[in-house]
Amino acid sequence: MPMSTLTGCIQSLGLLGPGLADWSAARAVLNGELAHLAARTVLPPPGVLPAAERRRAGRVIKLALAVGAEALEHAQSAVDVRALPTVFTSSGGDGDNCHEICASLASRERLISPTRFHNSVHNAAAGYWSIAYGCTEASTSLCAGDASFAAGLLEALAQLACGAPAVLLLAYDADYPQPLYAKRPIPDAFGVALLLRPPATGTALPRLQLSLSDAPAATMEHPGLESLRASIPAARSLPLLERLAQRRGGTVVLDYLDTARLAVEVQS
Amino acid sequence: MTPLQLTHFTATSCLGHGLTATLAALEAARGGLAPCHFETVELPTFIGEVAGIEAVRLPQPLQRFDCRNNRLAQLGLIQDGFDIAVRAAVERFGAGRVGVYLGTSTSGILTTEIAYRHRDPLTGALPADFHYAGTHNSFSVADYVGRLFALAGPAVTVCTACSSSAKVFAAARRMIAADQIDAAIVGGVDSLCLTTLYGFHSLQLTSREPCRPFDRARDGLSIGEAAAFALLERAPADPDPAAILLLGVGESSDAYHMSSPHPDGAGARSAMHGALADAALAPGDIDYINLHGTGTPSNDSAESRAVTTLFGTAIPCSSTKGATGHALGAAGALEAVICALALRAGLMPGGLNVRQRDPTLALNYLTGNRRAPLRRVLSNSFGFGGANCALLLGRAA
Repeated sequence: MPMSTLTGCIQSLGLLGPGLADWSAARAVLNGELAHLAARTVLPPPGVLPAAERRRAGRVIKLALAVGAEALEHAQSAVDVRALPTVFTSSGGDGDNCHEICASLASRERLISPTRFHNSVHNAAAGYWSIAYGCTEASTSLCAGDASFAAGLLEALAQLACGAPAVLLLAYDADYPQPLYAKRPIPDAFGVALLLRPPATGTALPRLQLSLSDAPAATMEHPGLESLRASIPAARSLPLLERLAQRRGGTVVLDYLDTARLAVEVQS
Repeated sequence: MTPLQLTHFTATSCLGHGLTATLAALEAARGGLAPCHFETVELPTFIGEVAGIEAVRLPQPLQRFDCRNNRLAQLGLIQDGFDIAVRAAVERFGAGRVGVYLGTSTSGILTTEIAYRHRDPLTGALPADFHYAGTHNSFSVADYVGRLFALAGPAVTVCTACSSSAKVFAAARRMIAADQIDAAIVGGVDSLCLTTLYGFHSLQLTSREPCRPFDRARDGLSIGEAAAFALLERAPADPDPAAILLLGVGESSDAYHMSSPHPDGAGARSAMHGALADAALAPGDIDYINLHGTGTPSNDSAESRAVTTLFGTAIPCSSTKGATGHALGAAGALEAVICALALRAGLMPGGLNVRQRDPTLALNYLTGNRRAPLRRVLSNSFGFGGANCALLLGRAA
């Protein structure tokens, strides 16, 4: 049986990464208008959260909320965020929090604060998002290691195929502190959010069509961007984002599992 | 939804390895909780530990995946001929058409916790043999299972805390409905570790005795561990009457608090309602509810409100966590398998450890086993972050 395809349109994006302050800045870099300048990712405070939650939010939560908020901001037509299904995907959770817990458990006292514990769940960002926006719709939080972006894109488009009127995909990863950093050297925080809609005729929105592929994953020509792509799972999205920034159609192959890549046919 | 069939399923928990031991324990109303002597943990609590994990060895080419969680996965996969059924499905559909959708909350974090005790005194470095991707990372278990069966289809871990391995049924179902795969290994594997034991203790949510869901004096949960799997495929047009079907799934978010449920159980109610709507069934069509029923004061009261608002007070309900403990990221799949056994055997397992039912909770909580033919049952799973999922399972006839 031939593999059928999953499709969806991108209504809007949000992005934050090293030297990439938002999607507008990233688009200018990706279409060659601006040079990419290496700089640490600056995470904005999550103003959308109630004060108590804002104090408790770690770096990955700030990252996920920032890119999601930007995608909502750029959505042309009104989006009811309270009823918007979400797909969160990340290789790791909050690395700083994980380090603190492991260090504490290796000490004599073994004291973990309740906040550290509930922030340790992989779906912490999704929990904070739902509280921030009063979103009671279904939300999932995925992990596929280095394949997490492609796994999230598959899940989001499968939700559209099953009738969801829109899905917000949030892919994000942040660095661990030492000593975990030496074992999982993600250099910095990178996140991307895609607000996806079912494909509709007569729309100017870029359209994606997915299928599994044996072809090798596309790489980035620019060494700095290629280094991000290769070292941060969420940045495995960069070849797709480059095509979107350049408003260029055609097929781009994204990194996925050892056994399969994800071919994305883009109609701009 | 178009029903899917659980063509094979299995469960390993503190009740025993595989379905026969699990059903025997449920029929005998025998729980598996014992005082906590796990690893170096010193906490006044009970746990549901799976016997024999330490002796499990992973196949040689997959040694980098060696950790308690993947040993538990391996132990669970070989029960009830589940691995044989998977290989037959791969033969039938092809390696690229079988997906892996597994839930876990803490993966192999125990390995990292222990590695942190063995950091280099000068540099602080973790031991050289610590393998992050094979153990710590949440994907480790799905990656391990995919490689064990040489699969080439989609693979992912769903990680929504205590609803992880209920939500895998929803994720796999979408991929089957979208014709991306023909079958999926769905399930949950979660194993004991210090993070959850000390973490729930810090929240004052661990009971000092075997947990007593829906008891008047319930004082928290007992942490367990489990590996439970199902092979999910499209149901044939004319399934065997005894076939176990996935009829509906409901998912919702509380949008309330990171670690406390909405007091009225609004999110729980919405998930159960979603599962009914998905299956085009009414509350009266459901014969039994396997509750999330953790035994914490707030969960059980919120869940009771959610159930009685939607179903009234007559529907028989119980939590099997008094027997198994709370298997966290594996609880959804474990309790889906218990529901499948309940449907097969016509057995509603009574909730254990109840000395006096909470008189303020109106639901019909079973404290003893009840036998009756069952046609359709519901299983609830709710997680930190307000991630809720309800599964509706039924017999074909």
